[in-house]
Amino acid sequence: MISVEAFGAEADKWFAANVPSDYDFLMPLTFMEVGTDEQMDFLRDWQKRVYEAGYLGAHWPVEYGGGGLTQAHQDAATRAMRKHQAPIIVNAIGTGWAGPLILDTGTEEQKRNYLPGILSGDDIWCQGFSEPDHGSDLGNAQLKAVRDGDEYVLNGSKIWTTQGNYARYMILLARTNPDAPNKYAGLSFFLAPMDVPGVSTTKIRKLTGEYGFVQTFFEDARIPADTLMGAEGEGWKVAMRTLEYERGARGGQAGGYNISQTDPLEIVGLAKRAIRNGRPALEDPVMRDKLIETIIDAQAMMANRERAKIAPLVSERPHALPLMSKLQFTEYARETGQFALELEGAQAGYYVGEERSREGGYWQRSYLNAFSATIGGGTSQIQRNIIGEHALGLPKTR
Amino acid sequence: MTAHLSKIALSEMQAELRDQAMRFCADRSPVSKVRALLTDERGFDPKDWTDIADLGWLGVAIPEEHGGLGMETGDLVPLAEGMGRYLMALPFASTTLAAQAILAGGSDAQKADWLPKLASGTVATIALFEPSGAWALNAVDGKTKTFVMDLDASDVVLTSVRHGGETRLALIPRDRIETSRREVIIDETKRSYTFDVPEFGEEDLLPSTAPALERIELVANLLQAAELSGASMACIDYTLDYLKTRKQFGKTIGAYQALKHPTVDAFVESEKARSLVYAAATHVDKQGGNRSDGEIAVRMANAQAEKALSFAADRSIQFHGGFGFTYDCDAQLYRRRAMFAASQFGDAAFHRARLAELLL
Repeated sequence: MISVEAFGAEADKWFAANVPSDYDFLMPLTFMEVGTDEQMDFLRDWQKRVYEAGYLGAHWPVEYGGGGLTQAHQDAATRAMRKHQAPIIVNAIGTGWAGPLILDTGTEEQKRNYLPGILSGDDIWCQGFSEPDHGSDLGNAQLKAVRDGDEYVLNGSKIWTTQGNYARYMILLARTNPDAPNKYAGLSFFLAPMDVPGVSTTKIRKLTGEYGFVQTFFEDARIPADTLMGAEGEGWKVAMRTLEYERGARGGQAGGYNISQTDPLEIVGLAKRAIRNGRPALEDPVMRDKLIETIIDAQAMMANRERAKIAPLVSERPHALPLMSKLQFTEYARETGQFALELEGAQAGYYVGEERSREGGYWQRSYLNAFSATIGGGTSQIQRNIIGEHALGLPKTR
Repeated sequence: MTAHLSKIALSEMQAELRDQAMRFCADRSPVSKVRALLTDERGFDPKDWTDIADLGWLGVAIPEEHGGLGMETGDLVPLAEGMGRYLMALPFASTTLAAQAILAGGSDAQKADWLPKLASGTVATIALFEPSGAWALNAVDGKTKTFVMDLDASDVVLTSVRHGGETRLALIPRDRIETSRREVIIDETKRSYTFDVPEFGEEDLLPSTAPALERIELVANLLQAAELSGASMACIDYTLDYLKTRKQFGKTIGAYQALKHPTVDAFVESEKARSLVYAAATHVDKQGGNRSDGEIAVRMANAQAEKALSFAADRSIQFHGGFGFTYDCDAQLYRRRAMFAASQFGDAAFHRARLAELLL
């Protein structure tokens, strides 16, 4: 097997040579910002090139389309992607949470059917968890799935379906038993095909004015019964496991990243260029203090990742650092976006499309988009409940 | 820009030292003893002091040729962390800092004379601050010293003085200091004194000043960061105990999000501090690369650790309700610890200002 160092060096060379710069549209910074066909086609093509070069799923088994190497190999490739600021891996729900779920708990047939298309990007996946009336209270999902012979019949609606208008499959949480003894026991989990009659989507316009999410409607949509993941009534357990992949509390993802992380260097660069009240923002002592706070925050997140690997230094609460990562990472992105606008002074008032805007309105847009991650996947407030209850042992709020 | 400083290494020896320190401090410094010592004139248990000397803790960062164990500066971190976690009062930091200053700026004779003693249990202290309140260590008037820890327990004081128009460091035996008194400080687990600098001679001076002052500042900030990070873990555990047992309106109060969420935020800040402290322990001695690397890692850790403990202890007082307002509630011990630490060698905002000079 090729050494991790050699693999990392090859990846470094490949990304240096291949990261694209020839596009003239707004590049999505996260997988939740893919709002046009042009963006989707471009990113899907990029994912395929990365996969075919061997830098996505490098550690997944060969028989399911992976590279048969180790997690350390994939980590080296992901580091090279970050270093060269490659575009995101667009099929995030496939590579990041449906994929590892199927790899860890699926049947042999499911693994062979679904995993190769996830890695190549040929099969885009979406997630059907939230409903219009049930967001944070996920266990109360009401979309109905009624067994009818070899099929389930779906009726209801899901919302905030990222890439739902492009997806071939949906990981779906549905209510199979409305009379179960508690709300959780009535739920089941499906790997549902989207290309069946009765499934439709309408785009949702985000606070930025752009698109990226849809609402998905199911009207007597029939899906095969063997798309059930786990047993009927076990949906909550499977969904919770899926959320652990999503929040980074459990590993096994195909690699790459689906949200561009703001390097503190970018903020420092902005502070050098931006003019605040007639002077470079970098000279403002209050801005300098906030810059250092931002750098310390970023440094602490990196140090947390390092410490998480050293068992004696996390022995008191072994799961705390992974449980914290979603909250920290997404709030950092939101706060740095907000701070960037302070650095811009009067120019913070422009928006995307204004020629006088700094960096094309990049920071305005990225601040507003940052809420997709502090709200989606379990809001920061839900994350604090989870950390308080699971890492610190506080009594349940509900 | 500083990503390389986030790497953390933990040797087996450090892991063992950490276990030993946590066990020893937990055993020797239950809160009943911490509280009993608050009104003790000396402020610490001499038996604990001789025992940590026997364990070798005082020689950890002193080379073997001078009677120490010759380990790394970062190996001091688990010791300070354990003492901070259990609010253990000992003249560990002052003695360690005096030894580090002698190592960095002392003559061969001074090293030979003092280091073996300091490694084996002689108490020493440092006197760098003056009533002006300046945190800069290199411009003193050398008349009156303040915030001198454990002076009465010390055999020798490393003090900054004015000599030949410059700031210099002198080693002055305790018994030559005539005018001194105890100061009333906010952290009652510590003993602070002020004294008037006595006459001194050329032979009392350290040959080299700047490297010794730099060394003191670096190691003092590292020890303080570790101490505060350890204390913030304990403070959060103390708060959690209350949130899990106290009932109001028929509910255990930890179920209320108004208390749960800020406690989680305190925990997150404390975990960040811990990671930065371990990173600082890893990089404090690193040679090569950027010569400020050690200082950057240490100041980041200390700024974060002070912020974490201040917030955790402030919320701990509030979340204990009426009990939190009493002397009997331990939250005040942690809050006072953080406030006093911020007053020594610079607070978090001071460290960030210095980091801005180094990084921006």
